[in-house]
Amino acid sequence: MPTARTRRRRRIPAALLAPAVLGLAFLILPLAGLLARAPWSELPARLAEPAMLDALRLSLVTATAATALSLLFGVPIAWLLARGDFPGRSLLRALVTVPLVLPPVVGGVALLLVFGRNGIVGSWLHDRFDLTIPFTTTAVVLAMTFVSMPFLIVSVEGALRGADTRFEEAAATLGAGRWTAFTHVTLPMIAPGVLAGAVLCWARALGEFGATITFAGNFPGRTQTMPLAVYLALQTDMEAAIVLSLLLLAVSVIVLASLRDRWTATP
Amino acid sequence: MRTGPAFATAALMLTGLTACGGTDDADATLTVFAAASLTEAVTEIGEQFEAEHDGVTVEFNFAASSDLAAQITEGAPADVFASADEANMDKVVDAGAADAPETFALNQLVIAVPAGNPENVTGLADLDGLDFAACAPEVPCGTAAQTAADASGTDLTPVTYEADVKSTLQKLLLGEVDAALVYRTDAIAAADAVDAVEFPESAAAVNTYPITALDEAPETDLADQFTAYVLGEDAQAILETAGFQQP
Repeated sequence: MPTARTRRRRRIPAALLAPAVLGLAFLILPLAGLLARAPWSELPARLAEPAMLDALRLSLVTATAATALSLLFGVPIAWLLARGDFPGRSLLRALVTVPLVLPPVVGGVALLLVFGRNGIVGSWLHDRFDLTIPFTTTAVVLAMTFVSMPFLIVSVEGALRGADTRFEEAAATLGAGRWTAFTHVTLPMIAPGVLAGAVLCWARALGEFGATITFAGNFPGRTQTMPLAVYLALQTDMEAAIVLSLLLLAVSVIVLASLRDRWTATP
Repeated sequence: MRTGPAFATAALMLTGLTACGGTDDADATLTVFAAASLTEAVTEIGEQFEAEHDGVTVEFNFAASSDLAAQITEGAPADVFASADEANMDKVVDAGAADAPETFALNQLVIAVPAGNPENVTGLADLDGLDFAACAPEVPCGTAAQTAADASGTDLTPVTYEADVKSTLQKLLLGEVDAALVYRTDAIAAADAVDAVEFPESAAAVNTYPITALDEAPETDLADQFTAYVLGEDAQAILETAGFQQP
């Protein structure tokens, strides 16, 4: 159809545009609701509160650490799921997505049952190394990793399945070992997928609430992340909670927008 | 966010009410918003009230008093509000949604310890050096814990400031802490797994539970009757069994 091809701007079909606009309104309106209720005059004073800055700093540090851990373990898991050839692979894939389905609070209890003082791993760590994980910053990072790593795995696995294996085979023919082929050929090819997964993972970790408050508890400066601070502020002062939520939103939107433009512009 | 389900509940109740919003007494639904710590006792009171009032169904929305107060001031259709503290009742009164709340129960803090009290906790001072959980100062049980600690002159630092009393107790039930500062009613509800250690300073931090019929109540008469019923003898007996004290 030459006429369609020569047209400068492709028209968006109304059948797609209408639900897209409705869907966008649904996603964006709650944000507008928050913005409308926000007490802008109090904003500077709220932001200057040291407890809030502590919570924001802790959130950024732990979410980033959780993303690093997810990359370290999640990329190999994704590779195993996409390229591995072993029985029970689809069962394993289903199990990996369990944290996506599990209510986060239940995930937190499950983590306590494993890493808690009386947990399978936790009691051993306690007796052997005098280490306790619950109620520490480490627990925050573990809770975030548990909940957010599946986002990275699913995204990287998708990228690996979409990648052309002939390039890896060509590298092998030219004498590259499997590890060299992975780091020099596969990884650069799936980099946009990895980054998109890492971004999703980081965003999910930043908003993590249920597993964190259950597994890590709530202690200012140590385990009180922004979502926990927001929830507790909501108990006494809704305006303060809205301000804090907007701060968290603003920080994450700035980080994510700059990342996406820089790294994932090419599909 | 945790408020999502709460608002969804409010929305559900709204649709429920339009479905059976008749005013005739023969087939009426009373909607009671009550603090989470009242769940067991007020459910039982509601069942008795239903048994004594033909055709009346009592529906409950149990949540943190602060969530309930927010829902009511945002226009959720409730008949009765029972709060776990005066601060949240004041919010509702200040918003013009009610005017004459009455105190119907008192609750006090205890130190909950594992059954058998392995660490031999006898008072607040014994918590020093133990891992224990308490409520965050933003919620009523945390305010009470703070007041009790101030009264004792000890500087107590828990390992975690929990968002509500049930999760504070949960940390003890999971064995992650040696003790937890919770209400007597919560310790009694979990009596098969925990012992309650009473301590004198808790008298300085008695929690007051006020109840009121709401001005915008769809079922005005029933709301008044239910409020009176909760203050009456039968309901008070149920509350006492649950560990509450009479006002």
